[in-house]
Amino acid sequence: MAAEESRFHVLAVDDSLIDRKVIERLLKTSSYQVTTVDSGSKALEFLGLHENDRIAHNETSVSPKIHQEVEVNLVITDYCMPGMSGYDLLKKIKESSSLKNMPVVIMSSENVPSRISRCLEEGAEEFFLKPVRLSDVNKLRPHLMRTKCCKNIQNQENQENKESPEIQLHTAAQSNNSNKRKAIDEGISPDRTRPRYSDLTLVSN
Amino acid sequence: MERNSHRQLANMKKSLFDQGYLDQEQFTQLEELQDEANPNFVEEVVTLYYRDSARLIQNIEQALAEKNPLDFTKLDNYMHQFKGSSCSIGAKKLKNECTQFREYCRTGNGEG
Repeated sequence: MAAEESRFHVLAVDDSLIDRKVIERLLKTSSYQVTTVDSGSKALEFLGLHENDRIAHNETSVSPKIHQEVEVNLVITDYCMPGMSGYDLLKKIKESSSLKNMPVVIMSSENVPSRISRCLEEGAEEFFLKPVRLSDVNKLRPHLMRTKCCKNIQNQENQENKESPEIQLHTAAQSNNSNKRKAIDEGISPDRTRPRYSDLTLVSN
Repeated sequence: MERNSHRQLANMKKSLFDQGYLDQEQFTQLEELQDEANPNFVEEVVTLYYRDSARLIQNIEQALAEKNPLDFTKLDNYMHQFKGSSCSIGAKKLKNECTQFREYCRTGNGEG
């Protein structure tokens, strides 16, 4: 199913029309498929997750793929948005059983170190300062590669054997880290190697 | 004819860069995103920016007119949006003005 998509699909979330336009162009120039939405709640909708549902899809253990109507490989979101902020969106994604392995990147026009560390600690892959440049977008690739590889292998065999190639990729990605990445990421990497859909145990928050 | 207008355009851009109105790096980035498949990208973005800015300025004027008391939070929000889009376009001077304005908002400086 996922093999058909040779391109990565990125969901960009920003309340500013201009920023949406620019980020869309940046992503398309890098040959990514792009969907843009103007709010966190629309993003969650698009991802197949409703705001109040965190563990909504336990019944669908038979066909887990219907979690998401469309397959998204990475979410890039603005931090400052009315209503649901980028940080709230990040939290919701990471708290969701179906989406917690989704790479999330935060963008902000304000350079606030406490904000940056908070986002990274919550599980954001990267934090970009606006205006976002092409060089920033290039940093997305290793994160996308990691997810894609995970999914492809998972489709073949739903076992833990995939951990070795997975870890190689992860360490390769880590060696390309920018200064913004915190060491704390290494602590949560084991979670990412866990198969996505076999984790049906209720995680209550 | 075309060569003249190109040169004029180049001169205009240069003066905007030199005077600090336009951020060369950012604007160049935008230009680089334009290509054969998307020949009007810069034009589209700038048009959007003007439209967006006009709306924001209207809102700001309205908010400033409601003098008693001045709603600094609202003004600050508008400025944040304005600053954000100015940043993406490379409107350097405007962005700096926004930052200054927000400082006034933060300190409750109505006169500023």
